[in-house]
Amino acid sequence: MELSVITLPLIASIISGFFGKYVGDRNSELVTSALVSVSAIISFIIFYNVIAHNYEENIIIATWINSGNLNVNWSMNIDPLSAVMLVVVTSVSSLVHIYSIGYMSNDPHKPRFMAYLSLFTFAMLMLVTSDNFIQLFFGWEGVGLCSYFLIGFWYKKETANAAAIKAFLVNRVGDFGLALGIFLIFYLFGTVNFDEVFKQIPSVSAAGVTPFLDKELIFLGLNFMAVDLICILLFLGAMGKSAQIFLHTWLPDAMEGPTPVSALIHAATMVTAGVFLVVRCSPLYEYSELALNIITLVGMTTAIFAATVALVQTDIKKIIAYSTCSQLGYMFFATGVGAYNVAMFHLFTHAFFKALLFLGSGSVIHAFKDEQDINQMGGVWKKLPYTYVLMIIGTLALTGFPLLSGFYSKDAIIEFAYLKGNTLGYYASGIGIFTAFLTSIYSWRLIFKTFHGNYNNKNIKIEETHESPLVMLIPLILLAIGSIFAGYIFKDLFIGHHGTISDYWSQSIFFLEPLSSEHPPYWIVYFTPLLVIISIPLSYYLFVINKKFVEEVAKANQPLYKFLLNKWYFDELYEKVFVKSSKKAGRFLWKFLDLRIIDGFGPDGVSTIIKKLSIKANKFQSGYIYHYAFIMLLGFSALLTLLIIK
Amino acid sequence: MNFPIISALILLPTIGSIFLFFSKDNSENKLTFKYVALFTSVVNFLLSIYLWFLFDTTISDFQFVEDRIWLVGFINYKVGIDGISILFIILTTFITPLCILSVNNTVKIRLRDFLIAILIMESFMIGVFCALDLFVFYLFFEAGLIPMFLIIGIWGGPRRVYSAFKFFLYTLLGSVLMLVAIISIYWITGTTDVIELYELGIDAKYQNLLWLAFFSSFAVKTPMWPVHTWLPDAHVEAPTAGSVLLAAILLKMAGYGFIRFSLGLFPVASDLFTPLIYILSIIAIIFTSLIALMQEDMKKLIAYSSVAHMGFVTLGIFTIEQQGIEGSIIQMISHGLISAALFLCVGVVYDRMHSRLINTYGGIISIVPKYSVLFMIFTLAALGLPGTTGFIGEFLILMGVFKDNFLVAVIASLGVILGAAYMLWLYKRVIFGKLINKELIKMNDLNKIEYLILTSLAIPTIFFGFYPEPLINTIEVSVNDLINMYNLNLYTKS
Repeated sequence: MELSVITLPLIASIISGFFGKYVGDRNSELVTSALVSVSAIISFIIFYNVIAHNYEENIIIATWINSGNLNVNWSMNIDPLSAVMLVVVTSVSSLVHIYSIGYMSNDPHKPRFMAYLSLFTFAMLMLVTSDNFIQLFFGWEGVGLCSYFLIGFWYKKETANAAAIKAFLVNRVGDFGLALGIFLIFYLFGTVNFDEVFKQIPSVSAAGVTPFLDKELIFLGLNFMAVDLICILLFLGAMGKSAQIFLHTWLPDAMEGPTPVSALIHAATMVTAGVFLVVRCSPLYEYSELALNIITLVGMTTAIFAATVALVQTDIKKIIAYSTCSQLGYMFFATGVGAYNVAMFHLFTHAFFKALLFLGSGSVIHAFKDEQDINQMGGVWKKLPYTYVLMIIGTLALTGFPLLSGFYSKDAIIEFAYLKGNTLGYYASGIGIFTAFLTSIYSWRLIFKTFHGNYNNKNIKIEETHESPLVMLIPLILLAIGSIFAGYIFKDLFIGHHGTISDYWSQSIFFLEPLSSEHPPYWIVYFTPLLVIISIPLSYYLFVINKKFVEEVAKANQPLYKFLLNKWYFDELYEKVFVKSSKKAGRFLWKFLDLRIIDGFGPDGVSTIIKKLSIKANKFQSGYIYHYAFIMLLGFSALLTLLIIK
Repeated sequence: MNFPIISALILLPTIGSIFLFFSKDNSENKLTFKYVALFTSVVNFLLSIYLWFLFDTTISDFQFVEDRIWLVGFINYKVGIDGISILFIILTTFITPLCILSVNNTVKIRLRDFLIAILIMESFMIGVFCALDLFVFYLFFEAGLIPMFLIIGIWGGPRRVYSAFKFFLYTLLGSVLMLVAIISIYWITGTTDVIELYELGIDAKYQNLLWLAFFSSFAVKTPMWPVHTWLPDAHVEAPTAGSVLLAAILLKMAGYGFIRFSLGLFPVASDLFTPLIYILSIIAIIFTSLIALMQEDMKKLIAYSSVAHMGFVTLGIFTIEQQGIEGSIIQMISHGLISAALFLCVGVVYDRMHSRLINTYGGIISIVPKYSVLFMIFTLAALGLPGTTGFIGEFLILMGVFKDNFLVAVIASLGVILGAAYMLWLYKRVIFGKLINKELIKMNDLNKIEYLILTSLAIPTIFFGFYPEPLINTIEVSVNDLINMYNLNLYTKS
C-alpha cells in the first residue's frame, strides 16, 4: 500500500501524458486529480501511523546501479522526516490538481499540464522517500525537469522559454555541488546509503585509520576538513534548489509558469527540497560548525535580501516569489542554528499559507484576465469576497499574526536563533525580527494595492471582474484551514511542549547537543507579534491613505529604489559574467582555435603545403631536354666535388 | 567443433551484400534491396542477442573463441568475445538495421551501393570488437574506414570531398603508426595473439613508444582534442545514415581499443600517460561544450557534443576504477543510442525542410508533436538526466574520476552544466517559441518508419537508465579482471 503513494502519481502522469488524447481533457483532469488525492489520503494514513505507532520501514523496490562497491537501490524509506514530506507534497499537490481544473479551463493543452503536475509529484516523492543519495539526486533532477517543463508550459512566450532554461541551468549549478558532494561521500565512506553513511561518522576507527571526522582533504592547495567540504558541497545543491542568494535568480523568473505551478513547485514543495536535504543530512551537518555558520549566514542574507526586493516589486506573483525566497531563508538559518525540527515546522506551515497565497493570487489574476501588475488592480474586495478573505488569511499566516500557523513556526525560528547563544545566533534573530517586519509590510502592500483603494485597470471594467468557480475556491478553503490551524495543532509534535523537546524526530534528525529548552526572554516573544500587528495599520496608511508619501520617499532615494527594483542587479551581473563570456569563449574557441589554429596548421595547412610543393616540383618537369641536362650536370659536378673533398 | 557463431556474425552482413552486389541495380528493385539488407541485419541482430543469451557473465575468459591458421606461424584468424566486446557487438547489430530503415528519404541515388557499404561496414565493425589478434584487429579497424569514406564521398553534401579526405587522412595518419607498433610487437614478443600477449606482458622499456603509436590512432578516432576537427565536417557532409553509423559505432572502436589494448597491453605506459589523457579529456569536455553552445548548424552542434561525451569516456577509462571503466562502457553504449537518435532527429527535419540551420526552425511543437516528444527524450538523455543511460554513464565515470583526481572531476562536472546549456538551448530554438517561418506549417509529423526507429532507440535509453543491471552485469567480471590484470602487470613490469 505504501508504494502506491509513489506509483499512483506516476500512473496518473502516464495516463494523462501518453493517452490524454484518447481519454479526453476532462477525464485526464479527473483521473490525475483522483489518483493524486488517493495518494494524499494514504500519505495521511502513513503519517498517522508514524506518529501513533512509530511506524518505520525501508522498502527496497529494485536494484538500480550496482557497479563494484557502489550499490544503489530504488527504495521507499518511511521515517518521521519523509512522512512529513509525504503529507506536504501529496496534499498540496492534490489541491493544486483540483484547482488547475478551474484555472486551466481555457487552455488547449490540459492533459499535458496535468501529466506534468503528476510527474512532478512522482519525482518529488522519489526525492523525499529515498534511502540513498543517488535516488535523491534522481528526484532532485526530476523535479527540476518538471519545473522546466511547467515554467515553459506556454512555449510560445519567449520569456517563458528563457525562464525555463534559466531555472534548469541555475539548478544545474547547484546540482554540480550536490553531485560533487555525493562523489566525495562515496569516496570517503564507500557507500551512498544514508544510514550506512551516517552510522560511520562518529565511530572511532581502528588503529592506523583516521576516523572520518579528523580527515582532511587538500584541494587547490587548501586544507579542508572532509566533513566541512561535504556539507558545503551538499549545501550548494540546496542553495540552487531552494533559491538562496546567488542562486536565487531563477525563482522570480519561474513565475512565467501557470500559477498553480508556482503554488505547488515554487512555493510548497520543490523549493523546500534544499531544506529537506540539510535536515536529512543533520548527522553530517552537526559535525561541521563551518557549514552551519555558512548556512546561517546565507539563510539570513537571503531572508532580508528577498524581503527588501519584495517591497518594491509590482508583479503580484513576483512579490510572492520573493517572499518564498525570504521564507526559505528563514528555514535555512533555522537549520544553521541547529533547529532542524523548527525548520521542518516552518516548511510544513509555509506549504499551506504560501500555496494559499499563490492560488489566491491566481484567483485574482483569473479575475483580471491574466493581469499581474498590482498597479493595475485595486478596490475589488467586494467583487472577490471569498478570494479577498482567503488571501487575508494567507497573509496573516505568513506574517506571523498571533495564533495563525506562521506565528508558531516563524517566531520559533527567531527564538531558537536567539537561544543558540552566540553572536551569529543573536545576529540572525535580529535579522529575523526585522525581516518579519518587512514581510508584513510587503504582504499588506500586496493586499491593499490589490483589493483596496481605487480601481486602476483601464482594460477591464470593474463589473467584468468575477469571483472564481467553486472548483478553485474549495482547494483555497482547505489550504486556509491548514494555514489557520496547522501551527497550533502540530506545534507540540514538531517542536515540543512547554520546555520539552519533541521526540518525534529521534529517528530522523540527529542533534549533537540537545536543543535548548529554556524559555526565550519575554521581550522577544512579544516584540515580533507586536511589530506584525502594528504594521497592518501602518501599511494601510502608506499604501491606501497616503500614497504620496511612499512615492516621495522613492523619489528622494532614487538610487536605492532602482537598486531594489532591479533586484540588486544580480541578473545583469550574471548575464555579463557568465552568459556573455561563455558565448564569447565558445565563439573564440570555435572560430580561432579550431578553425584557424588546429585546422589551419593541421590538415588544411599540410594540404596547402603539399600542394605548393607539388606545384614547385611540377615546374621541374618543363619538358626541355636542356633543362634536364643542366640539372644533371649540376648534380654530377656536386657529387664530384664531394668525392674530391673527401 | 561448435557452430562458429562469431564468424557467422561477421560474415552474415557480407553475404547479404554479395547478394545485393549481384543483383541488377535499377529502380524497380529498390524495395527488394532494402528488404534483403534489412533481413540480413535483423537476422544478425537476433543472432547477437542469442549470443548474449548464451554468454556466461560469471567467467572472465574469452568465450566462443575461434582460432584458425591463416598465414602459418604469423597471423592467425582469432576471434572471441568477453563481457566488454559483446555489448559493442549488440550495439552494432542494433544500430545497423535502424540505419537501413532510415535510408528511405535520405539516399536518392545508388541505393544498392549504399546498402552494400552499410552491410560491409557492419561486418568490419563486428570484426573489430571481437578480434583477438592484433593484425586481424588492424585489418578490420582500417577496413572500416573505406565504406565510411565512400558513404561521405559519394552520398555526402556539397563539401563532401573535402570532408571525406579530411576524415580519411586524419584517421589514416594515426593508423599507420599503429601498424608499425603492431609489427614491432610481433618482433619483440613473437606473437600477435592478444590472449597470449595479456599473459606474456610487454617489457616496460618498449611500452611508452608502443602506447603512443596506438594512442595516435585511437585519439583520432575517438576523437580527442585537438585531433577532433574532422568530426564536425564529416558529420555535416555525411548523409543521415552515415552520421548515425559514424557517431554510434565508429567512434566506439577507439574507446574499445583503449580498454582492450592500451590498458591491457601497456599498463606501465598507461599509468605514465594518464595525466595526458586527463588533460586532453577535460579540454575536450569544456572546450567543445563551449563551441557546441555557439553552433548554428544542428548537426555540427551534435557532432561537437559527441566530442565532449567521448571526452568523458576517455576520462573514465584511464581511472582504472571499476566505476570509471564501467561508466565509460555504458557511456559509449548510451552515446551510441543517443547520438544516433539525435542525428536521426536532425535527419527528420532536414528531409522535410532541407536545412540544418537552427534558425530555420522554431515553434514547431504543435506541428510535429510526436517528433517534439521524442526529440525531447533524447535531448534530456544527452544532457545526462537521471533515468536515462546518459546519467548512468556520466555519473559512474565522474565517481571513478573523483577517486583518482579531485580537481579533474570538478572540472569535468562543469561540463555537465554546459551540456544542459547547449542541448536545452538547441531544443528551445528548434521546437519552442513562436512560429515565424511560415513554410514550417507544411511539415509532416513522423511517419511510421521514423516513429519506429526513434522509439526503438528511446526504449533502451530509458529502460537501461532505470535498470542498467543487464549491462553492468555483463561487463562486471571482465572489467574486474581487466583491472586486476592491469595492476598485476603494472607491478611486475615496472
